[in-house]
Amino acid sequence: MAEKLLMKGNEAIAFGAIRCGCDGYFGYPITPQSEIMETLMEQQPWESTGMVVLQAESETASINMLYGGAATGKRVMTSSSSPGISLMCEGLSYLAGAELPCLVVDVMRGGPGLGTIQPSQADYFQCVKGGGHGDYRLIVLAPASVQEMYDFVDKAFTLAFKYRIPAMILADGVIGQMMEKVELGPAKPRRSEAEIEAECGNWATTGKKTDRKRNIITSLALEAPVQEKFNLKLIEKHRKIEENEVMYSTYRTEDAEHLIIAYGSMSRIAETVTDMAREQGIKAGLLRPVTLYPFPKREIEAFAQKVKTMLVVELSAGQMVEDVRLAVNGRIPVNFYGRYGGMVPSPDQILEEFKKNIN
Amino acid sequence: MKEEIIIAGFGGQGVLSMGKILAYSGIMQDKEVTWMPSYGPEMRGGTANVTVIISDSKISSPVLARFDTAIILNQQSMDKFGPAVKPGGLLIYDPNGITIPPSRQDITICTIDAANESALLGNTKTYNMVVLGAFLKMKPVISMENIVLGLKKSIPERSHHLIGINVQAIETGINNVKIINKV
Repeated sequence: MAEKLLMKGNEAIAFGAIRCGCDGYFGYPITPQSEIMETLMEQQPWESTGMVVLQAESETASINMLYGGAATGKRVMTSSSSPGISLMCEGLSYLAGAELPCLVVDVMRGGPGLGTIQPSQADYFQCVKGGGHGDYRLIVLAPASVQEMYDFVDKAFTLAFKYRIPAMILADGVIGQMMEKVELGPAKPRRSEAEIEAECGNWATTGKKTDRKRNIITSLALEAPVQEKFNLKLIEKHRKIEENEVMYSTYRTEDAEHLIIAYGSMSRIAETVTDMAREQGIKAGLLRPVTLYPFPKREIEAFAQKVKTMLVVELSAGQMVEDVRLAVNGRIPVNFYGRYGGMVPSPDQILEEFKKNIN
Repeated sequence: MKEEIIIAGFGGQGVLSMGKILAYSGIMQDKEVTWMPSYGPEMRGGTANVTVIISDSKISSPVLARFDTAIILNQQSMDKFGPAVKPGGLLIYDPNGITIPPSRQDITICTIDAANESALLGNTKTYNMVVLGAFLKMKPVISMENIVLGLKKSIPERSHHLIGINVQAIETGINNVKIINKV
């Protein structure tokens, strides 16, 4: 059995990158995720796997280095926190427009502006709905434990390459900063040039061979009909992702009458709230979206036929709750409880709010 | 078994590293653990605290409002976390940092004179291990053998020659904790 280590969520991201065959990391430090690059620098993977770790001069530079690396079919990633992700949004739109697979990790902090360095989930709109311009989507995974921070790095790269789309791990200061037990899975080697050619040769700029047309990476199409054709292709890709890649988990929902919906760190706290409510005779259950895009809307729609109320709990003024309300479509009351600016509620505070809404 | 602990004091007292050693020792004893620090501006020259949970089963919330044990090393933390100990719980504090001692009758209260004891050991950096010893005496949730394994995992290899003095400090804490109120 693999050795059990104690580490922060941020450190787990770094180990996940090195051990999943990541080719390059480009980043710029910002609390509460600086340990990602710190750990990578400390581990010196360029000595072991050959992975490049580079501190760029800014977030804007990092995301454009990602564009370059991803264009060659390499597994490349960056990480930042909320204000830094804002700076990367132009690049994200270009990456999506050029259909480039890559990984961006966002360990959210309080905003708007420079805000605070404490945990927040107030960038759901930015990361799930866009941030950059144009009709694009990112696959967004929301880890709720340090183990998942490790596991989701490989998972995110796999999905990103499967669909040629940028993927994001959307965490927050709680998951990034807390330490838990982690079992490191078997290390995968970086892909060889031949393997990259075999996997990505039909689109990546791996060096033109005489036996194929040149591959061009661009997000520009001056002719509207050409751009519309591309948009239709993206829409079809998004439809496939929504059809096949939804991930969620449930807790004590079998006979639940009242459903709490929360993601990431808040789903952990909401799990305790569910237990506390059950102890008081309330039939509570929890649904946790693991993918925020694609969103588990069909599953939530199904629960709307079974339960009496829903409570969405977020570290925001109410962002994911809009997607829950769209899925429920007015069938039952969908209540909301949020904390802002880096404040994290205790299970007792959420339980009090929960009970208010069901009486 | 589930033990929910808050450790709180000034930055520099070793609050976070004490929590880390405790959590790593928990893993060595095959327990589930979480370690959730305050990482805000307070750790940059003010109070610091960490919530450590050690449990036989999967841990849900790493964030709590009430605790089985509070280990308190300054007055600000006493004001904040003294009332957060569950009835029947345990409060351990170092009297050197405390101007208003706790007066609750519904919890067990202990003191550990860790500042003096670590000075007597000739290494004030062992302060937090003296405090850890006091906790382990009152709540022997982790065996000494696994604490030593946890220390080895938490301390970089270049400092492993200091494990002896740290174990000595833990034993000092075990031998010098004073019970003020018992429930």
